[in-house]
Amino acid sequence: MWIFDRDLWSEIFATLGKNLFRTFLTMLGVIIAMIILVLLLGGANGMSNGFQKIFAGTASNSLFVWSQSTSEPYKGFERGRRIQFKLEDATILKEQIPEIEVLAPRIELGSHRGVVTVYRNGLTSGSAVYGDYPNVDEIMKKKLVEGRFLNENDMTESKKVCVIGEETYKLLFEKGETAIGEDVRINGVFFNIVGIYKPNQNINIDGENSVYIPFSTFQKAFGSGDRMGWMAISVQSDTKVPVVESQIKRLLKNKYDINPTDERAIGSFDMSEVFNNVSAFTGVLQGVSFFVGILTLLAGVIAISNILLITVKERTKEIGIRRALGATPKVVKRQIVLESIVITVFAGFVGFAIAIGFLAIANNMIGENSDVPFYNLMISIPQFLGSFILMVGLSVLIGLIPANRAIRIKPIDALREE
Amino acid sequence: MIQIKDLHKSYKMGKNSLHVLKGINFNVEEGELVAIMGSSGSGKSTLLNILGMLDSSDSGEYILDNVPIKDLNETKAARYRNKFLGFVFQSFNLINYKSAAENVALPLYYQKVPRKERQEKALKYLEQVGLKEWAGHLPSELSGGQKQRVAIARALAAEPKVLLADEPTGALDSKTSYEVMDLIQKINDAGNTILIVTHEPDIADMCKRIVHLKDGVIIEDKKIEQIRAEQYV
Repeated sequence: MWIFDRDLWSEIFATLGKNLFRTFLTMLGVIIAMIILVLLLGGANGMSNGFQKIFAGTASNSLFVWSQSTSEPYKGFERGRRIQFKLEDATILKEQIPEIEVLAPRIELGSHRGVVTVYRNGLTSGSAVYGDYPNVDEIMKKKLVEGRFLNENDMTESKKVCVIGEETYKLLFEKGETAIGEDVRINGVFFNIVGIYKPNQNINIDGENSVYIPFSTFQKAFGSGDRMGWMAISVQSDTKVPVVESQIKRLLKNKYDINPTDERAIGSFDMSEVFNNVSAFTGVLQGVSFFVGILTLLAGVIAISNILLITVKERTKEIGIRRALGATPKVVKRQIVLESIVITVFAGFVGFAIAIGFLAIANNMIGENSDVPFYNLMISIPQFLGSFILMVGLSVLIGLIPANRAIRIKPIDALREE
Repeated sequence: MIQIKDLHKSYKMGKNSLHVLKGINFNVEEGELVAIMGSSGSGKSTLLNILGMLDSSDSGEYILDNVPIKDLNETKAARYRNKFLGFVFQSFNLINYKSAAENVALPLYYQKVPRKERQEKALKYLEQVGLKEWAGHLPSELSGGQKQRVAIARALAAEPKVLLADEPTGALDSKTSYEVMDLIQKINDAGNTILIVTHEPDIADMCKRIVHLKDGVIIEDKKIEQIRAEQYV
């Protein structure tokens, strides 16, 4: 195949190498364009990754359901009736709605977002105290600094153990003091600390300063009976959260004699919506980056075309000689287009390498710092291939301009003695 | 080898039409060494361009090696040029960033001759013009006479039917001119058909036949006794 013809390539490199400085200047436009494109894409990807990191551990296809007060009278009940979920609701929901993957019932001490005083050695902390099932960890992963999270064993044996937040630890302990194995007192009951977690600063549903104890222990210690406060639910990945959400609500409204039109009686929060918004945002950002990058690339490639036009003009005589010696227009055209491609692709790779270097440096500087919403700035292989193909495509199209100029050169005009 | 019948060519210069060739008839046999003479404006260069398929005639017939040359598109013209013709120009027209050997090999490249064979042939023809040891040199490192000899080697490399030389000695001093003519004569001795456009009578006298052009017509066409150039070298 002609593309593997060694002579063709040596011809091309000979002409490009003839004026190295100019070739380099020509490349500069594409190099910079490629750097901009890759940096923009890498930045957008980094932001997307950053958000993903923030959400890491939180099931994206999850929702939270809690009870409130009715806003409409129904079946003889007056409005303003307080709804109280029961633990059996969890079982019923799980049985009747197969799309539910994990359902973690929760109860909290005091009212919703209520604060209870936690004591230890004369120190106190105003904390939210939750009775939880260990499987809540599958929906909202706790990042543990020390120890472990609640487990099934704690549940079945109703162990008086708790997992506390870092804030609670700071309030109840001296700096550097060991907390694991120590006791805290809540409403007169002592709980043994088994773990300390670090709250996710960016998405926080449980509050800064919380204490988790097993659900069964909560029932016994605080006499909550079969009451249930709220539910954290994750649905199967192929199911839409809002669909399951309305199913759950319909079922619960039916059970608690709530008017089906009552929007206030049962509260819920669709986590997937947040995810969708964020991914839509990063998606738009990536799109804009690509668009801007491609336009810059186009400008760079047009510069190459311009220089090649000048080169063709300068090489009129040479091209004329080649034509006189038997070069067909096709051969001349091919050579000019290939020159365009070679310059563009080479410049593209140089720019790509430089930009990847920049991204690597940025990654190094950001590291695991969670304050910056950027993480792992890199471009994906499809993005790389996409820009590469686009670059080659553009260089062919743009290369055709000087190539067509070149084949309009008639040998007789080129060779005319001055 | 070449048959030309009633060849006409005119150029449009604004509103005026310049009738350059007004019915040229002549034949060239294989192995001839023809000088086409004439003052500037006589049409000799136009004739050579048409013979070289660098330009087309308005009317008339041109048969080269039994192939009628007409209605050529650029691609076909390029192929025919490559196959039938070797060019030698007044200003050598070597490609300045290619070595002598590469310049000689260029027509072979367009003939798609394999690389190795090309290099061998290029060296062979450089040897024939006495420049084998200059094969790796760039044109800028060669003297005028050497450049023209490289150009002749390049014209020969494609093994053409006819060698067309446009004022091959026009840019050379007389001693070098004779050297080049000596080379051309030797190539002709080997059986090659050569046409030389010149306005120098001493160069024309070194050919075997002189065709004299004036105002677009042949006014004289005579065979002469060739003067050998080697006696001046």
